[in-house]
Amino acid sequence: MDNTLLEVKNLKTYFFLDEGTARAVDGVDFEIKRGQTLGIVGESGCGKSVTARSVLRIVPKPGRIVEGEITLHRLVAKQDGSKMTDLIRLTEVDPMGSLMRGLRGSEMALVPQEPMASLSPVHTIGDQIGEAIRLHQKVSKAEARAKTIQMLELVGFPRPKQRVDAYPYQLSGGLRQRAVIAMALSCHPSLLIADEPTTALDVTTEAQILKLMRSLQQELGMAIMYITHNLGVVAQMTERVIVMYMGKVVEEANVDTIFHNPLHPYTSALLRSIPRLGMKARERQRLASIRGTVPDPYAIPKGCSFHPRCDKKIRGVCDQQEPTYIEVEPGHKARCVLYKQ
Amino acid sequence: MLAYIVRRILIMIPTLFLISVISFALIQLPPGDYLTSYVAQLRSMGDNIQQEAIDAMRDRYGLGQPVYVQYFKWIEGIVTRGDWGQSMEWQKPVSELIWERMGLTVVLAVFSLLVSWLIAIPVGVYSATHQYSMPDYAMSILSFVGVGVPAFLWALIIMYFAQTQLGMNVGGLFSQQYLEAPWTWDRVVDLLKHIWIPGLIVAIENTAGEIRTTRANLLDEINKPYVELARAKGLTENRLIWKYPVRVAMNPFFSTVGWSLANRISSITLMSVVLSLQTTGPMQLRALLSQDMYLAGSFLVLLSTLTVVGTLISDILLAWVDPRIRMEA
Repeated sequence: MDNTLLEVKNLKTYFFLDEGTARAVDGVDFEIKRGQTLGIVGESGCGKSVTARSVLRIVPKPGRIVEGEITLHRLVAKQDGSKMTDLIRLTEVDPMGSLMRGLRGSEMALVPQEPMASLSPVHTIGDQIGEAIRLHQKVSKAEARAKTIQMLELVGFPRPKQRVDAYPYQLSGGLRQRAVIAMALSCHPSLLIADEPTTALDVTTEAQILKLMRSLQQELGMAIMYITHNLGVVAQMTERVIVMYMGKVVEEANVDTIFHNPLHPYTSALLRSIPRLGMKARERQRLASIRGTVPDPYAIPKGCSFHPRCDKKIRGVCDQQEPTYIEVEPGHKARCVLYKQ
Repeated sequence: MLAYIVRRILIMIPTLFLISVISFALIQLPPGDYLTSYVAQLRSMGDNIQQEAIDAMRDRYGLGQPVYVQYFKWIEGIVTRGDWGQSMEWQKPVSELIWERMGLTVVLAVFSLLVSWLIAIPVGVYSATHQYSMPDYAMSILSFVGVGVPAFLWALIIMYFAQTQLGMNVGGLFSQQYLEAPWTWDRVVDLLKHIWIPGLIVAIENTAGEIRTTRANLLDEINKPYVELARAKGLTENRLIWKYPVRVAMNPFFSTVGWSLANRISSITLMSVVLSLQTTGPMQLRALLSQDMYLAGSFLVLLSTLTVVGTLISDILLAWVDPRIRMEA
């Protein structure tokens, strides 16, 4: 059986602004298998969120997908009960048309960054979750409400029967994020796109939410695209990882490989900048940081976009030619001149 | 919620008391009183009135008494008997003169409020969702013109065109035969036939500003994460815009119902003088000029009361539409 859920090939999403063209996503390739968790890691502004929005086809103006293919392998039940996959080229459908709207929220659901701002302040959470259910499933209002309560219970809402009529301002940040997750899961999506879902939460709540997502994933068998800049969360949550820098994927590997055998200098630099607990006093040294900042998106450096900050750069090579994305070892790709096929 | 409303109504009592004191004091501020201006008017027409007659009238109206005695007598009459005093100029009780005019003014104000909302909200939403498109620019230019031109000027322009081009008489709120007639169904129909032109004129002046408000508020809301999440849910663009950000962007409309009604009453005043409408405006203006104090004072107190009540209504409306404002003790 076809095990692929989502294929992204050479995706380019640019923002056409007065100041120039910002190449937010500039040739991204990856694949997500059914039930798998893919982590997308990178600094702020590297194009992680825009990649997610491109997949959902809700890139805000003046952004636009200019090139590339996004293909969703949807499972459809046939009349005899067996299942077949139906390929949908997401880059070719009308983003606000009924096909795309039917996929959004039901096949692919979003858990956004800020639980505080992601729910309408003037509608109850029950109203907002129930709306998603009624939109994609043919159920009555009462059934949708019952299902909403059931979903809230599933994500660990205390007293869901009463809280279903609560307004977001009456709930804590953690509960709001649970409500958003309940909304995302309400239609049993095959892909959950989590865009830094725990950044706004404290670590205790973060741990609870992560555990919850992990267990729900096993229960419901969905794939997760987990976007974060927190490498600790990547280690805990994901199976495969892609590392992004300035709109490009610079490395892709299994989570263990990324942590134990990083190839790209950017990945190694990111890993060195994580503080470790229990480091002995005499081994203690200054925490490494990546020198410099992410370049201006309107003035991407020539050659490898990371070379101004790279400590392994080769003068005359890295600042001249753009490295190609190659498979260095099976299942481990990198975009760096240091590696050959 | 009920406790909140009751508390707000109780707070209105001292507010209204203060308003009545200030209104009365204001009317007393110009030198002289109704009789001085009345006598001056008679003398200018060559009529010489006897000093005894003036004194008798001064006595009758109690104008010789100290100001606070006059004030309390007036307030006592209003509170205990619903007697708003006597209009000196019209020789009639104030209450006989003002109610119909008050009613017509309020009807005109509410009518123009509804008209401008009906225009401003859809146009503003369109402008915001199609920011920097040609229709948005066109709408912006039109609404700047609308904001800039005062209602009385619109009244003059429309009157001119109606008269010269269409041969229509747009002055007044009633046809001649219904002017002094008692209220019948026919009179209501006649009023509806006349009210839409002044209603529209008052609406034009305010609609323009409201289009700008709707557009600006909606632009603030439209890029918020909750709108994006609604889109990610799979809602159609129309439905998600009207259900979520528009609902939040409407708050200023509800919170300003109070003074926006009061505002309209002021623009109606000027326009009524131009179009000779039977609203409070022209009569109030005349009462103030001739120092007809009880009539002028009653108008001031009633119109201020409308503002206070309007504010209460807008607070209740706001608490009803925005759950964050509801106070639960």
